Amino acid sequence: MSAQREGATQGEAMDHSSGGSIGEIPYRPVFVGALKEELEALLGRYPTKMAALLPALWIIQRERGWVSEEAMVEIGQQLELTPAYVKGVVTFYTMYHQHPVGRHFIQVCTTSPCGACGAEKVVEALLAQTGCVDLGATSPDGRYTVVEVECLGACGFATPIMVNDDFIESVTPEKVPQILTQFK
Amino acid sequence: MGYPHKSHPKETPILSKYFGEPQARTLDGWKERGGYRALQQALGMTPADIVNVLKESGLRGRGGAGFPTGTKWSFMKPGDGKAHYLCVNADESEPGTFKDREIMRWTPHALLEGTAIGAYSIGAEVAYIYIRGEFTEPLRVMEAAVKEAYAAGILGSNAMGSGHRIDIHVHRGAGAYICGEETAMMNSLEGRRGNPRIKPPFPAVAGLFGQPTTINNVETLAAVPHVLNNGAAWYKAMSLSNPKSTGSKLFSVCGNVTRPGNYEVVLGFPFKDFLYDLCGGPLPGRKFKAVIPGGSSVPIQTMEEAESTLMDYEGFVAKGSMLGSGGVIIFDDSQCMVKHIARLARFYAHESCAQCTQCREGTAWTTKILERIEAGGGTMQDFETLLEIADNMTGKTICVLSDSCAAPVVSGIQKFKHEFEAHITGKRCPFRATAAA
Repeated sequence: MSAQREGATQGEAMDHSSGGSIGEIPYRPVFVGALKEELEALLGRYPTKMAALLPALWIIQRERGWVSEEAMVEIGQQLELTPAYVKGVVTFYTMYHQHPVGRHFIQVCTTSPCGACGAEKVVEALLAQTGCVDLGATSPDGRYTVVEVECLGACGFATPIMVNDDFIESVTPEKVPQILTQFK
Repeated sequence: MGYPHKSHPKETPILSKYFGEPQARTLDGWKERGGYRALQQALGMTPADIVNVLKESGLRGRGGAGFPTGTKWSFMKPGDGKAHYLCVNADESEPGTFKDREIMRWTPHALLEGTAIGAYSIGAEVAYIYIRGEFTEPLRVMEAAVKEAYAAGILGSNAMGSGHRIDIHVHRGAGAYICGEETAMMNSLEGRRGNPRIKPPFPAVAGLFGQPTTINNVETLAAVPHVLNNGAAWYKAMSLSNPKSTGSKLFSVCGNVTRPGNYEVVLGFPFKDFLYDLCGGPLPGRKFKAVIPGGSSVPIQTMEEAESTLMDYEGFVAKGSMLGSGGVIIFDDSQCMVKHIARLARFYAHESCAQCTQCREGTAWTTKILERIEAGGGTMQDFETLLEIADNMTGKTICVLSDSCAAPVVSGIQKFKHEFEAHITGKRCPFRATAAA
C-alpha cells in the first residue's frame, strides 16, 4: 500500500509537469527484480507475449496506483508492442486508471436493479461525506474518488460498492459513515 | 439453496447445495463432498463417450444462448494436431445476474472439475477462466483453488495420473461488459481491445490464438460433474415441462422483492410460485409491476405474462421473453418504467464497443431520447423514432449488444406505453411527483 501511495504521488507530480515528464523526474521502471520474475511467470501461461498485456497492466496498477504513459511504453517494450497499441488497449477497459486517483477509489453500482433499490441515495451520501465535489473528482485531501459503475454483478445485494479491491454489499445511505471510517 | 436465505423446500439444490459453507471451498472439503470423482471417471473415458453422455443429458448452455453443451463440444476434434483451448466465461456482467459469482465464491473446485472435464473432452491442454475485473473475491478464491489443485496433482502435466496435461489459468478482465461476448472475450484474452469478431469463422474452427476453441459458461461447467456422477438419465429426468429443457438452473433475483438472492429450481418450474413463494412476493404494501426474467438483454414481461410462465428455455419465449442468463429483475408499482428503461439504454451505450454504427449511434440516441422523455421533454413522434432506431439495431451488427439494448425499449413501449404517454402529456415524470409528495 505504501508503494502504491508513493507511486501515485510521483505520478501526480509527473502529470502536472508541462510537456514530456521524462527527464524532469526519472521514470522508475516497474518490471525489475521480483516483478520482472512475476511477468516472466505470466508469459509462460500464454502462447503469445501480447496475451500477457492485461495481467501486466494489472501489475502496474497494483504497484503504482495507475497506468502512466511511461508505464505503457515500458510494458510495450517488454511485450514487443508499440506504445500506441498499449494505449489503445488501456483506454478500452474502464478499470485501468489513466491518471492518479484518490487513495480510496469508490465505485458505486447504479445500473437499473440497484437503481430500483435506491443506489442514487448511496451516491449522494458518498459524495457528501467524502467531500468529493462531483463524480470522478478526487476529494481535496486526496483520500477519495467516487465514480458510478455499471453493474457490479451483485444485484441481489443492492447496493454493492467497491472500495479499491474490497467489495461491500447491501450499502445504504445510513451505512456510509461507518464504511468510510474503515478507509481513512 | 436460496442463498443468502435458507433453502426453500421447493428448491432443488444441486449446484448451490454448498453455498454458504466455507469448508466446501477447500480441496479437502470438496473431496469430502464427492469432489473430483467425476474427473477421475472422465479421464478413464474417451472424449467421444463423455460428449455422448452430455448430449443424452440434454444439458444446455447456462450463459444465455442455451446451446446444447454436448453438441458444442462435439464440434471440437481431439487429435487433429492443433492446439485446442477451453475458455470459461466468468465475465458475469449481465445486469440482474449474479449466480456465477456465488458458484466461484463457494464452490471453486466444482468449476475447476467441470473445466478439467471439458478441457479433456475437447482435446484442450489449456483452459482459461476469464473472470470480470470487479470480481475480486471470486478471483482470490479461484486462484487459491487452482493452486491447491496443482499441488495435489489434479492439474498439470499428468492430471490425476492420467498422463494427460490439463492446465487451468485464471485471467482477470478489466471492466468491459462486452467481453462476456465470446469472440470479444477471446480478443481480450489475446491482449487486444475487446471488440467482437465477425463469425464465421466460428470459435470451434478458429478461436483463441486462431486455434479451435470452446467457450462455456461457469454454471454449465459446474453442472458437468453432476451429470457424470449421476448419469445422463438422472439429469434428463429433471424437468417439469418438456424434454428440451432439462436439469436444474440457478436464478438470480433482484430489484423490488422481499427475498432477493439465488434460487435453484428444476427447469419448467412455475414462475408464479417462484416469484410469490420462493422469493416472498412484493415488499409490504407494494405490487409487482414488471419482470425482466433473463438478465437485462431480454424483453420485459408484464405480470400477466410472468405469472403464466413456465421457467424453461421454451416457456419464457412463449410468454414474450427469454430465459437468458436467469437474472430476474423485478420492478414494483413504485417504479417508473421509463426511468429504468432509459437507465438500461445508458448501460448499453456505455458498454458498446463502438465498432458497428447501428450500435454506437443507436444506443447513444436511444438513451438521449429516453432521458428526454423521462425529463418531461418527450413528444408522440418519439415512439416512431425509437422503434425505427431499434429496428436498425436488431440483427444488423457483429454481436447482439445492440439487439440487447433494443429488447427492453421495444418491449417497454409495447407493454408500458401508457407510462411513456403520461410522461409526454404531463411533461414530467409522474413517479417523481409522487416521490416528492
